[in-house]
Amino acid sequence: MTLLQTPPDSAAPPVHSTATRRSLTDVVSRVLYVRPKLRVTALLLLPMLWLGVLYIGSLALLFITAFWTTDSFTSKVIPAFTLENFAEILTQPAYQATALRTIGIALAVTLVCMSLALPLGLYMAKVASPRMRAVLAIGITLPLWAGYLVKVFSWRITFSAGGPLDWLLAPLGMTGPGYGTAALIITLSYLWFPYMAVPVYSAFRQIPDNLLDASSDLGARSWATVRTVAIPLLKPAFIAGSIFTFSLSLGDYIAAQFVGGKTQVIGTVIASNINLNPPLAAAFGIVPILVVVLYLFLARKTGALKAL
Amino acid sequence: MKSRKFLPLAALAASATLILAGCSGASAPSSSGGIQVPDIAAASEVGESEGQVNIIAWAGFVEDGSTNPDADWVSKFEANTQCKVNRKVGATSDEMVQLMRGGEYDLVSASGDASLRLIAGGDVAPVNTELIPNFGNIVDGLKGQIYDTLNGKSYGVPIGRGANVLMYNTDQVKEAPTSWADTWAADSAYKGKVMAYDSPIFIADAAVYLMATQPDLGITNPYALDKDQLAAAVELLKTQNGIAGEYWNDALKAVSSISSGTAALGTGWQVVVNLAQADGGPVKSVLPKEGATGWSDTWMISSKSKNPNCAYKWMDYASSAEVNAKISQNFGMAPASKLACEGSKENEAHCDTFHATDEDYYKNVWMWTTPVEQCIDGRTDAVCTNYQEWTKAWTEVKG
Repeated sequence: MTLLQTPPDSAAPPVHSTATRRSLTDVVSRVLYVRPKLRVTALLLLPMLWLGVLYIGSLALLFITAFWTTDSFTSKVIPAFTLENFAEILTQPAYQATALRTIGIALAVTLVCMSLALPLGLYMAKVASPRMRAVLAIGITLPLWAGYLVKVFSWRITFSAGGPLDWLLAPLGMTGPGYGTAALIITLSYLWFPYMAVPVYSAFRQIPDNLLDASSDLGARSWATVRTVAIPLLKPAFIAGSIFTFSLSLGDYIAAQFVGGKTQVIGTVIASNINLNPPLAAAFGIVPILVVVLYLFLARKTGALKAL
Repeated sequence: MKSRKFLPLAALAASATLILAGCSGASAPSSSGGIQVPDIAAASEVGESEGQVNIIAWAGFVEDGSTNPDADWVSKFEANTQCKVNRKVGATSDEMVQLMRGGEYDLVSASGDASLRLIAGGDVAPVNTELIPNFGNIVDGLKGQIYDTLNGKSYGVPIGRGANVLMYNTDQVKEAPTSWADTWAADSAYKGKVMAYDSPIFIADAAVYLMATQPDLGITNPYALDKDQLAAAVELLKTQNGIAGEYWNDALKAVSSISSGTAALGTGWQVVVNLAQADGGPVKSVLPKEGATGWSDTWMISSKSKNPNCAYKWMDYASSAEVNAKISQNFGMAPASKLACEGSKENEAHCDTFHATDEDYYKNVWMWTTPVEQCIDGRTDAVCTNYQEWTKAWTEVKG
């Protein structure tokens, strides 16, 4: 860091002022010029400190905590080495069910976002007038400006008994799903939809029109064109978007508390244990990390990350 | 390793039990190494205001008029003392204990299940009651509690007490319930519309119901459950999970559920009912015949407090008859101060409603206590389950 700052000019007598000034900056630049490694280090020191110490460092601390234990009475954390927390997570059916349920919800959210982003992206990129396109682009991104809690709470009101959704469905003789897994999937899909829609739309815009024309010249109907031409070309965008929708859903717990009813997800279990048994919460916190790492690994294998 | 770790704990629990059982007087904590109550000095004088005080409290204890314009006793305190009050609302005792460990809060409104943990953990300091002129005048039922005299030191300034009542939405529940049965039975008429409190301590509510309905289990205190009794309570809670719509620990969330009719009935606090009624919600509450769990709360000062002077000023201010009456009327609990029951028709009526001086009423209310291995019901031939086990059981219940 200090290497990047030229030292302040000393108040030396102005006899050799140009010489001294030149020598100071010269020295620095000469040193940096002949030592490329030092140059790179100085340049990357701050970002690497941020990433390595604050970001990865806190994750490492979390991982260490997972091996600690707590005082059973005061629930204070006691540094020790035990594998009990992991044994608990692996043997207790409640944790397995919660982990699987959360992964299922995250996959469902990803699928919902994909199936909504495909027709929307197609319309925006290939059909809509420029003005309509602008309106839709604003429509997709505008909710990002609203507060997260505001959005979750408005869904809570929407799904409440006798709330707006029930009122809308009443003429059809139906009622809304109420609080639960379905409400949670809808809410999360709403929250993360822009992260899927934007990459899919930009990928659609990059598909040349003549590919679609050629496809229909060769007798493909619209769905066949979408299935055989568009979707393979969109795959990287879908995977890029799914990384967001999947990992964000995996870690969310506030929406689950507000619209999930009694649905437990990984986040809510961690949140309820963070006060009583931080080591157990830390051990369980490693589960979503592993799942996301695995997901990224699978995404990398498809080669989709090269396009990012 | 394990057994050695539990020995001092058991000793601590034993000494705690002695006090719980009403043996007053100083009981020396175990000094056989391990855990004991840390020796922390109490303040000796109240000096200049530091300019602020950070309080973590239950919803409705520290109000400046922003939640409800009629509930405001913070503004006057701030004007009188030049101490700005920064409030954080705690949702559960466990959260409060955890936040008090951090050291950024000066005061906490601790319930009985949190207070003992805070004292044993060295997170709160003894209170010098001489610096609190308003201390005293406490109703009989709140005297001699564990945090009043642990090793001959006072650790808390009582605020009030109350029960976890059965609240119900009058649109959905036509006939006023008299029993908890509808919140526990698998064939409840309100399937999918039952609310429960989201904390391991809620296991005690199941135990209270079992005490009334299954005497064969031999539960005599809902906080002293051996393995079999805990299993029975967990079984009942799992049944409830089938008919539960929601678990709540955020008071405002509970208000929205019970007012809108998303929940028909369930465990609640009187403050939730009061807030719902203030918004015109069709909500009422009742103390069912089986009895209920409850809490008695005290102000406790952090051992790491950076603003002890303002904290003492707050404890004194909040203990005055007027403010204690306001807090207890806003929250819907029995005030700790006898004087809060006098002085106006409203105060007298409130104390009648909440049985402030009616000890028979509170015989039916089991105050939150942290469960420990030592059975606090006096059994010596059984090992009871501790709070860690309750925590694990609670995760299992919610599945």
